[in-house]
Amino acid sequence: MTGCRIRIMRKGQGQSLLFLHGASGATNWLPFMDMLAQNYDVIVPEHPGFGASETPEWLDNVGDLAHFYLDLIDHLGLASVHLIGTSLGGWIAAELATCSCEKIKSLTLVAPAGISIPGVRKGDMFMWSPEELASKLFHNQDLAQSVPQTATEEAVMLMLKNRLMTAKLGWSPRMHNPHLRKWLHRITVPTLIIWGDDDQLLPPAYGPAYRDLIPSSSLHVIAQCGHLPHVEKAQEFVAKVTQFTKEAA
Amino acid sequence: MKLYMMHLMPYADLDLDYDKTHNSAWITLPNSYYDPKKGAKLYNRYLDELEYADQLGFDGICVNEHHQNAYGLMPQPGVMAGALARRTKNVKIAILGRALPLLNNPVTVAEEFAMIDNITEGRFIAGFVRGIGAEYHAWSSNPADSHERFHEAHDLIVRAWTEIGPFPFEGKHYQFEYVNLWPRPYQTPHPPIWIPSQGSSETIEWASHPDRRYTYLQTFTPAAMLAKYMQMYKDMAAEHGYEATEDQLGWSVPVYVGETDEIARREAQPHIENFLNKFLRMPKEMLLPPGYLSLKSMIGVMKAKSAIGGKQTIDDVMDKGMFICGSPETVRQKLEHYQKDIGFGHLLTLLQFGTLPADLTRKNMELFAKEVMPHLQARGTTPAANEPAIA
Repeated sequence: MTGCRIRIMRKGQGQSLLFLHGASGATNWLPFMDMLAQNYDVIVPEHPGFGASETPEWLDNVGDLAHFYLDLIDHLGLASVHLIGTSLGGWIAAELATCSCEKIKSLTLVAPAGISIPGVRKGDMFMWSPEELASKLFHNQDLAQSVPQTATEEAVMLMLKNRLMTAKLGWSPRMHNPHLRKWLHRITVPTLIIWGDDDQLLPPAYGPAYRDLIPSSSLHVIAQCGHLPHVEKAQEFVAKVTQFTKEAA
Repeated sequence: MKLYMMHLMPYADLDLDYDKTHNSAWITLPNSYYDPKKGAKLYNRYLDELEYADQLGFDGICVNEHHQNAYGLMPQPGVMAGALARRTKNVKIAILGRALPLLNNPVTVAEEFAMIDNITEGRFIAGFVRGIGAEYHAWSSNPADSHERFHEAHDLIVRAWTEIGPFPFEGKHYQFEYVNLWPRPYQTPHPPIWIPSQGSSETIEWASHPDRRYTYLQTFTPAAMLAKYMQMYKDMAAEHGYEATEDQLGWSVPVYVGETDEIARREAQPHIENFLNKFLRMPKEMLLPPGYLSLKSMIGVMKAKSAIGGKQTIDDVMDKGMFICGSPETVRQKLEHYQKDIGFGHLLTLLQFGTLPADLTRKNMELFAKEVMPHLQARGTTPAANEPAIA
């Protein structure tokens, strides 16, 4: 599509739910996806430039991916989709929704990148070693320890590819678009913002800032949780998302 | 062969215990470690050393660019070249180089280099690099765009030097309505362009292309790798149907000459080891941000887990031919051997490194200039081929 072949995982029945992954990609079908698939038609693409998807010539910034996903929503014939994005994927989802909410039924932003608050320092994932990264993404260090280290050459290559594209999109300005905040008021669909209270990459102070910029939004903070609520607190995450999307439907 | 003195201008007064609390002498080491009173003395000492190289008969002196670190205090090497331009009379002055991808406006470098070329009446050598990975953290420049920006900035600078302006420039990263360089460079068509690198087949392929024939400068690399990369340049030139001259190949290496092998080793040891283990120290994430190397090269680096970070000794680097140290006879023999074997026409000697103090630096320079250099300078260099065929 748009001159780019991408990999998509899809499972479940019900209303369509499009999940946009974060910087570490979406190589595997994760438990929270399975839980959501009990009630939804869960669609998990790998972004152009990530994982098994191709890297198109046209890909320069997050706005390009937002427009690509507007194309994808048309291409898949999704008339009314629940859009969920986490971290980098949350930034893409927010950009997409400022362009058009025509086919979006609800928006869930999970610790989204995309804006910057002066004086609130983000973590520098590009300076962290793989061990530090694993540790800082989680509140529960037992979970952090259990993150498998990339072992095979193929897995290392995927990790490097995802990291390269994350840098391409978010090195500078660091993980945000200075112009996005000006247009977040254009998001007219019900919006849920979820943040872990112990997020060391994008501090929880970003939650209220996002909430204040999007008119019909609410903020849900998950306790004892790092940057990946959908992984670290999958049950609570899925329950909250299910409740919200049902209300929005 | 032409002989140069390269200087990194390290902050030699660095508190060497910094590494008990900080993991690098770059980027994140607080600049409270820098004392301007000491730094001022160092700058003037180092400039004196490079001026002394002119008096000692070196063919050239070289400075370079690094940002936010104790390893090299020349974030703006043009300041150094400018200071040296009027105080030296004979030497070539080389900036090796400016890190082009960091620049928001490459025309600044075209201008700066053209000014130095004019002031020195053509004693200037221009170097272009991508910088080491740490610079991308320091300057927030996107490493994923590093290659693209390097090539685009290079093209813009060379056009600014060689085309009569004003002309518009419309690139992906740089756009100008008017490029019209005042002053034009003194040398025609432009100053010689050197490309320093730690070894990259892509860089060699680009530098050796018949349109460019830039001098490729191998920096701080084991001798075996040096031979490999120099041969690669010659092979690529041959594939393009021309023979690379020695003028197209250079080597940059730290050198220490003492009265005897034993004295040289003893005097150099703490300072070269500080250079390796204190000043060069940085984690892999700082050295190799995403996109700085191709994915294929990165895989190679990930496999070779050692690289920078592990402690190195004087013997490690002497054995690998990364550091030439010994009596005048030893140093002469080693350099003659490498030159004969590998066939480079430019040798850049780093005669101050790490914490090497002023007196030992001067002694090193004098012994090298008097006992080693004349033998090497006498070795023939084929005539300059650095005449890029640019219209």
